[in-house]
Amino acid sequence: MMCRTDGDEGGPQEEGPPTDEQAQFSALLEDSAEDLYEHAPCGYLSTQLDGRIARVNATLLDWLGHERDDLVGRKHFSDLLTVGGRLYHETHFAPLLRMQGEISGIALELKASDGTRLPVLVTSTVKTGSDGQPLLIRTTIFDARDRRAYETELLRARQKADQERDRLRTLATTLQRTLLPPTLVSVPGLDVSAYYHLASLDEVGGDFYDLFPLASGTWGLFLGDVCGKGAAAAAVTSLARYTLRAAAVYDPDPTAVLGNLNTVLNHEYNGTDDPRFCTVVFGLLTPEPDRGGFHVTLSSGGHPPALLMRADGTADFLHTPGGQLIGVLPDAHIATTSLHLAPGDTLLLHTDGLTEARTEATDISGERYGDDALLDFGRALAPTTASDTVRAVRELLGSFGTGVDDDTAVLAIHVPRPTPAEQQGPDD
Amino acid sequence: MGVRHRNCVTVTGPADGPVVMLAHGFGCDQNMWRLVVPTLERDFRVVLFDHVGAGRSDLSAWNQERYSTLDGYVDDVLELCRELALGPVTFVGHSVSAMMGVVAAAREPEAFAGLVLLAPSPRFVDDPDTGYRGGFSAGDIDELLESLEANYLGWSGAMAPVIMGNPERPELGEELTDSFCRTDPDIARVFARVTFLSDNRTDLADVRVPTLVAQCSHDAIAPPEVGAFVHAQIAGSQLVTLNATGHCPQLAAPQETAAAIAAFAGALK
Repeated sequence: MMCRTDGDEGGPQEEGPPTDEQAQFSALLEDSAEDLYEHAPCGYLSTQLDGRIARVNATLLDWLGHERDDLVGRKHFSDLLTVGGRLYHETHFAPLLRMQGEISGIALELKASDGTRLPVLVTSTVKTGSDGQPLLIRTTIFDARDRRAYETELLRARQKADQERDRLRTLATTLQRTLLPPTLVSVPGLDVSAYYHLASLDEVGGDFYDLFPLASGTWGLFLGDVCGKGAAAAAVTSLARYTLRAAAVYDPDPTAVLGNLNTVLNHEYNGTDDPRFCTVVFGLLTPEPDRGGFHVTLSSGGHPPALLMRADGTADFLHTPGGQLIGVLPDAHIATTSLHLAPGDTLLLHTDGLTEARTEATDISGERYGDDALLDFGRALAPTTASDTVRAVRELLGSFGTGVDDDTAVLAIHVPRPTPAEQQGPDD
Repeated sequence: MGVRHRNCVTVTGPADGPVVMLAHGFGCDQNMWRLVVPTLERDFRVVLFDHVGAGRSDLSAWNQERYSTLDGYVDDVLELCRELALGPVTFVGHSVSAMMGVVAAAREPEAFAGLVLLAPSPRFVDDPDTGYRGGFSAGDIDELLESLEANYLGWSGAMAPVIMGNPERPELGEELTDSFCRTDPDIARVFARVTFLSDNRTDLADVRVPTLVAQCSHDAIAPPEVGAFVHAQIAGSQLVTLNATGHCPQLAAPQETAAAIAAFAGALK
């Protein structure tokens, strides 16, 4: 600890006859500089420039359990250190002391004669002669056992915090995984690919998607975004995901499916102090063997428009104007569009984490990627495939770095062009 | 990105003088050489640099994979020689950098006129199997590394006074104190492993360039028998024992150290 100033040298005098006061004062005067040096509440050490010990006080000898004659003229300061401390001394302490003429508050451990270790804080100065030439090194040594114990506690607390963070991340990642299909199902005649970008390892995101078989050779797909993050959002995500799948079995019409989800969310959360809503796009895929490709009916509840990249190299958003957020109003309006996804066409569904990403991570002015840029991106990409689209989106997100501050889900479907053999027909 | 920026290269002395390249060891940066430079730069073109991760080097160039072995540093030294078009240099390596010089000179001898190995140690850990004495037991080094890796609070605490600078000694200059031997603790831990766990004993015999082994009198890190071992393994090498004590003769006895370097480098063609 620090040299104490609250000891018995200068404390307030007790009430008493003047003679006692005088006696105490004269006793104080007898506290010689020599005695103060020897029995100071800190260790004193003087060494030659090469570290050889020239003088040491009784306090330090007492701490270390050494005799004066064992040290003076025989040992170097670094001999008193543990091996780790000696390496630190030689590579850091001594060079800096040489260069700066002083060094303070360095944490080292001393080795006592009985092998125990004493954590200390060391301060050294180089005493110079009148001509500026260095003469010797003066060192003060403070007992740092309490401080080191405190630091050990801090260290332990930090390690514990690190472990907790790792645990939280594992939990979040595991939960996230349960909210997404482990692998996308394989749809005959369709090339599909998806990607989920986690903006934070510490929180479960609120984006979701799925692709699943329905009756009579049709397929359902959806992609959505629950407002908020974390456990509460994950609960909504889970509810939305299973409601959509169950509703689609009951009535696969996309408008009806989203209407059902809207009702369920309203029942669950309306009137609570924690209203929850989401944006979703739901699609029904029906193969069209005669024309080739799929008929797609797409309904949207407040979700960003899907991007259609056609076989002829053009690209456009499939706007569904008027679609309202799912879960806010008892009778939300669902907007629906339909299209023919022809061989060579690719449809990209995405959440707004993509268009809301800041294009420069350092740009706090808030320049967002935006719909126009995404449309240009699609035009540059078309014609393309599902996996190429998802790969390009991943690269795009990667180029934004930390500018992607929200989770982003993308799902791409593509109808491959028939190979020449297929065009001919197997039976011909 | 150029190596000049990456390694914060400083060049002084006559442009047509023979080149002396000074490489600092673990724990500091090119400031370690500041007391020997004034003598050397009179006759030599002196090239100073910081190892990546140390001093004012480009920290973004540091990555754990490259700098987890001596080879990353050796590559840097060879790149410096090549890209600065220095011609054959006298490479002065202190402590762990001495072994970088050994490996670099074994690999590309044409880049080197000579080697000065200052307080070198090819292996710090004793090797009971061969009777080699490095001065430290495996447990000693493990203890150091463990304490470095576990006790980063202590390390940061130890470095803080350095980082804060020296208001009492303004003559040192703000720029100087600003970077004085400052090392990121995470980088320092990795460099400590490279320094104290490398074993370059077998590389010594591959050195074919003129070599001076300069050891100190009382060096707690590289004891005299280690210097003698290095001398014995490098055919034709010279051995001098400096009066300087400690592990850093360039600070403890700059005149003597500079004179030894100058005498050796000056005698080379």
